[in-house]
Amino acid sequence: MSAIPDTHSHDLHADEHHDHGPAKGITRWIFTTNHKDIGTLYLWFSFIMFLFAGSLAMIIRAELFQPGQQLVDPNFFNQLTTMHGLIMVFGAVMPAFVGLANWLIPMMIGAPDMALPRMNNWSFWILPFAFGMLISTFFMEGGAPNFGWTAYAPLSSSTAFSPNSTDFFIFSVHMMGISSVMGAINVIVTIFNLRAPGMTLLKMPIFVWSWLITAFLLIAVMPVLAGAVTMLLTDRHFGTSFFHAAGGGDPVLYQHIFWFFGHPEVYIMILPAFGIISEIVPTFARKPLFGRTSMIYALSAIAFLSFIVWAHHMFTTGIPVTATLFFMYATMLIAVPTGVKVFNWISTLWRGCITFETPMLFALAFIVLFTIGGLSGLMLAIVPADFQYHDTYFVVAHFHYVLVPGAIFSIIAAAYYWLPKWTGHMYSETLGKIHFWLSAIAVNLVFFPMHFIGLAGMPRRIPDYALQFADFNKIISIGGFLFGAAQILFLYIVIHTIRGKSGKRATGPVWECAHGLEWTLPSPAPYHSFTTPPVVK
Amino acid sequence: MHALRNIFSALIGLLAAVMSWPAVAEYGLNLTSGVTPISQEVHHLHMIIFYICVAIGVLVFGIMFYALLKHRKSRNHKAADFHENTTLEIFWTVIPLLILVGMAFPATRVLLDMADTKDSDLTIQVTGYQWKWKYDYLAEDISFFSNLSTPADEINNIAEKNPHYLREVDKPLVVPTGRKIRFLFTSDDVIHAWWVPDLGFKRDTIPGFINENWATIEKPGIYRGQCAELCGIHHGFMPIVVDARSPEDYDKWVQDTKASILAERELASKVWTKDELFAKGEEVYKRTCAACHQASGEGMPPMFPALKGSKVATGDINHHMDIVLHGINGTAMQGFAAQLNETEIAAVITYERNAWGNNVGDMVQPLDVKKRKDAPAP
Repeated sequence: MSAIPDTHSHDLHADEHHDHGPAKGITRWIFTTNHKDIGTLYLWFSFIMFLFAGSLAMIIRAELFQPGQQLVDPNFFNQLTTMHGLIMVFGAVMPAFVGLANWLIPMMIGAPDMALPRMNNWSFWILPFAFGMLISTFFMEGGAPNFGWTAYAPLSSSTAFSPNSTDFFIFSVHMMGISSVMGAINVIVTIFNLRAPGMTLLKMPIFVWSWLITAFLLIAVMPVLAGAVTMLLTDRHFGTSFFHAAGGGDPVLYQHIFWFFGHPEVYIMILPAFGIISEIVPTFARKPLFGRTSMIYALSAIAFLSFIVWAHHMFTTGIPVTATLFFMYATMLIAVPTGVKVFNWISTLWRGCITFETPMLFALAFIVLFTIGGLSGLMLAIVPADFQYHDTYFVVAHFHYVLVPGAIFSIIAAAYYWLPKWTGHMYSETLGKIHFWLSAIAVNLVFFPMHFIGLAGMPRRIPDYALQFADFNKIISIGGFLFGAAQILFLYIVIHTIRGKSGKRATGPVWECAHGLEWTLPSPAPYHSFTTPPVVK
Repeated sequence: MHALRNIFSALIGLLAAVMSWPAVAEYGLNLTSGVTPISQEVHHLHMIIFYICVAIGVLVFGIMFYALLKHRKSRNHKAADFHENTTLEIFWTVIPLLILVGMAFPATRVLLDMADTKDSDLTIQVTGYQWKWKYDYLAEDISFFSNLSTPADEINNIAEKNPHYLREVDKPLVVPTGRKIRFLFTSDDVIHAWWVPDLGFKRDTIPGFINENWATIEKPGIYRGQCAELCGIHHGFMPIVVDARSPEDYDKWVQDTKASILAERELASKVWTKDELFAKGEEVYKRTCAACHQASGEGMPPMFPALKGSKVATGDINHHMDIVLHGINGTAMQGFAAQLNETEIAAVITYERNAWGNNVGDMVQPLDVKKRKDAPAP
């Protein structure tokens, strides 16, 4: 499972005579303060969580394969949708980006490691306990949380409506928040203090920029989520009435607080993806990134706007019409910087010398499919139409388009792109391409028909449905199973590559036209890199 | 480039044709245009934004795929070196902004129309309950609950599913056509959302707060929808059926309903036999209680305890009555004093005490329930 096989420690000793290689055995992983080890831990953790939460989705799709109650009762169904959402967001997508940040930021800015290595270790090792506790709620009396990952009050804030395991959910969210905030602090401190001489802020790779902005978003909003769930806890057990109308509270207050966290959270899951795509596209178009500076401005604009659009998740709650108008206009504005990014990627492709290696294929699919998700997002911003779209499968289609072929494709693209640098081995291009085409076809088979059934009137989060939705649900389920199977292939490809079974050694630069400090290192990157900072011209 | 442009315009034409084809709407590919002026405006707005998005998509992806086809290494295309163009960048910041402003105008107009609930002809209050709707006709003194009426056998794949599977209720919301109906929305427990696509909106029902919206239905007919906000275990099983009738038929329905409410009250003073109560109780139980306590009486512990063999259903009958009437604070057990009439409460208690082998053998009369109900709550 190690990304840096022991066979290469000999090379390391030959290259850098004073180098300390990794410790032997399990203690290497428990006590490690090395950014590469911790990056590897994060990436494997998120992959395991991705497969686990994905298998919950498989049960959901099996239940929805046809009308009628098939496999699971409605209570367990609600537990599945809740845990699928929670684990995918906090356990799969976010840790994967932190893993990439750990591996890449020091190598990209010419730093020897993250600035706060011990905290780095801690912020990772909180996660297995947080998720162990969260997943254990499945086996508790009354079952796992069943109110959706958004945990709307009063459904979640009263012991009359939600299971006792809700308290474990609250505590595990606190732990995840601590982990995220520590990870974000580490990223910011590393970027501000450990850049190589000559690496000015504007010269930093876009991936580093995207993470710098993401880290500020994390620090700003994770405490807000912690506050929201703490209020749930005190409403449940300590007699407060933050969200109970009978005690003078307001159930909608929860939604305001949650989405004040939730909307920036959406961008936390997509800004690093923008960074990844901005690294990959220029490499395989063999052209510099178009509009580098405007990319950075666009990232910052999106981050700013993310704080003033939260109520577009709540148009049907009856907020005043003037507030509705403000949130509609602000939401529509997001289309402008997002458009700039898409246009910049396409201009980077324009008159390039394009090749289609697996990371590039995933990156191109990202651009197209993320844009489709963005366009349906624009439709959702139009309030009168949102009164019809809200809480239907149209919304499910929208956010899965930006999260699956969006965030997750970018993570997969990043894995293919940097895996040779991490392991010293090329992945199998044939298997990679099969994985891509299976995933790209399946993802559309799953999520495109959801637009139709949503518009036709199927609400989300229901375990059974009226007969007119039956045909599309069957197609969606088949697509879902195919997509799930394709990710097992990905697992195989990754292990195959780490073990060096594909036979090809990676060179230092790996790709013909990759730019950036990480490509100046040998492949696999030595356990300690840039102990003497490089000079950036 | 010319050929490509032709392909794009052909594609747009095809798409437009497909989306406006009536059969497609029936098959459920697109949003309904509904039966109110507002729902038609919303549908119109939806189609405008949809076509704008399709046009943007075709244009952007067209350029992208052109580059992917022509500017590839396998065609020996040499990479250019440009990486900035201020004019272009200003152009593609400003143009989308103008498109957005163009979209914002009609959206704002429709939104303001929707918010205008003035001068309504009648007001109906919709209250969400786990997992049913209550409708109060504010001027008419008519009030009733509307429950899912799909038999459990259809849900459990024992019986064949009828065409309105999960979209049918025991008592639909009857409304007049051609009159402006103001809806008030609130909830008794958690947040629900009342949504009938043909009326063109959905609104959250929030405990302690009142939302409003309105509809003027133009065409008589049956319009179906369901709860759209996750509200607990049986969220998927609280449908809405709106029965829109001509004003004359609606007025007749109001008279008939009032008469039958009076008749029901008469029944409460009659003395019932145990068998009559048991038979009626079974029907009430299946409609009102079985969602949580299950048809088998075994419940879903720990949230919903079993009634079969339970202390309450086999113990003191007055205590049993109090729980059914007033619920248990801090649990999912609601009070049914307002939801069921005295006859129904008497029947369901009698049923619970004698079904599933409980065999307590006693019964309770509607008049006893009335007495207990009028006494101060314990």
